[in-house]
Amino acid sequence: MTKLIIILLSAVFINNYVLSKFLGICPFLGVSKKLDSATGMSLAVIFVMLMATAVTFPIQKYILDPNDLGYLQTIVFILVIASLVQLVEIILKKYIPSLHKSLGVYLPLITTNCAVLGVTILNINENYTFIEAMVNSLGSGLGFFLAMVMFSGVRSTMEGSDIPESFRGLPITLIAASITSLSFMGLGGVIENLFGGF
Amino acid sequence: MQILSNFTKGIIKENPVLVLVLGTCPTLATSTNVINALGMGAAATVVLFFSNILISALRKIIPDKVRIPCYIVLIAGLVTMVQMLVKAFAPALDESLGIYLPLIVVNCIILGRAEMFASKNNVLDSALDGLGMGVGFTLALFLMSTVREVFGNGTFAGIEIPVLIDNHISILTMAPGGFFVFGLLIAVMNKFAKYKPKKKNFGCDNCPHNDICGQKEVVSDD
Repeated sequence: MTKLIIILLSAVFINNYVLSKFLGICPFLGVSKKLDSATGMSLAVIFVMLMATAVTFPIQKYILDPNDLGYLQTIVFILVIASLVQLVEIILKKYIPSLHKSLGVYLPLITTNCAVLGVTILNINENYTFIEAMVNSLGSGLGFFLAMVMFSGVRSTMEGSDIPESFRGLPITLIAASITSLSFMGLGGVIENLFGGF
Repeated sequence: MQILSNFTKGIIKENPVLVLVLGTCPTLATSTNVINALGMGAAATVVLFFSNILISALRKIIPDKVRIPCYIVLIAGLVTMVQMLVKAFAPALDESLGIYLPLIVVNCIILGRAEMFASKNNVLDSALDGLGMGVGFTLALFLMSTVREVFGNGTFAGIEIPVLIDNHISILTMAPGGFFVFGLLIAVMNKFAKYKPKKKNFGCDNCPHNDICGQKEVVSDD
C-alpha cells in the first residue's frame, strides 16, 4: 500500500510529466490560456491515460512478450492509443452526450500527445504490476492536471503586464513555465522524508 | 535553385524548432548535453528523411481518408528500426535518450512535414525537405545543448572548460533551465529575424491542435 502511495505522489509532484519530464509540452503551452479549456484537456488526458494503460499493459504482457514481439511495442501502442481515442469518442457521443460535449474537442488532440504514449511505455520499462501501472497513470494524469491548472493561473496574471517586445508571446510563456517548474523542484525531497521510515 | 531552397529553408528560415516551434518535448528533454542532442537530432533526421521519401512515393496510393493512420504506421515502423539500430550500435546513447527515442513517433515535426510537404510534392523535393528540416532540428538542439552544457555543467561534449567548470550554474541542466534557455533563444530569434514567417506557410490549419490551441495567436502576437 505504501508503495502505491509513493508511486502516486511522486508521479504527481516529483516526476511531474510536464514540468520535469517534458512530456506533453504542446498542449501545456497551447491549451493553458484559459482555465476551462485547461481543465477539459487535462480531464480528457487522465481518462485516456487510464484507458490506454488498461489496454496496452495486458497486450504487452500477454501477447507481445510471450511471443518475443517486444520490438513491435512502439507500433502497437500508438495504433492502440489512436484507435482507442476514436472508440472512446464514438461511445461517449452515443451514450454520454453531456460528457462528450465537454471532453469531445480535446480527444482528437490526445492521439499526438506524447504524455499518453510516454506513460504506457514507462509503465512497461519500470516493471510495474498492473495495479502499480494504473496508479502511476492516474498520478501522471493528475500531475498533468495540476501543472495545466497552475500554469493557466500564471498566464492569466501575465496577460496585462508590459513585456519587452522580443519576449512577447512564446518566449515569456516559456520563462514563466521555467519558474513554475522551479517551484516544483522545491518538492524534491518531500516523498523520501514522508515515507523514509517505512 | 528551387531544389536547393527546399533543403536550406529548414535550416534557418523555417527552422522547425526556433521558428515553427514544433517538437518542443524532445528539444527540451534531450538538450542537457551536446552528445545527447546530436544523437537525438541524428535519429530524428533519419526518420524524417525516410518518412518523407516513403510518404511522397506512396502519396497517390494512400487514400485521403485514412492518410493520418497510414503515416503514423509508416513513421512508427521507421522509428522502431532506428531504435533497434541505436540499441545495437550505440547502447550508451540508447540509455541516455531512454523514453524519448520511441517518442519520435509523436514528434510533430515528422507528422507535420508528412502532411504539409511530402503528401503534395515529388520524392526528390520531399527527401531534400526532410533532410533540411532534420538538419535544422539538429542545429537548434545543438545550439540549445551548447548553452545548457557549457554554462550548466562547465563542459562541452564532455571536455572540461577551465574557468566554467568551477563556476557552473547547475540549474541550467535541470528542467527549469530547459524552459528558460528555450525562451531566451526564441526571444533572440524574434529580435534578429528579419523574415517573419506567415502563419499559412506552415499551416496551423493542418495541426490537430488547431481548434482550441492558443498558439496561433501566441506566435503571431507581435
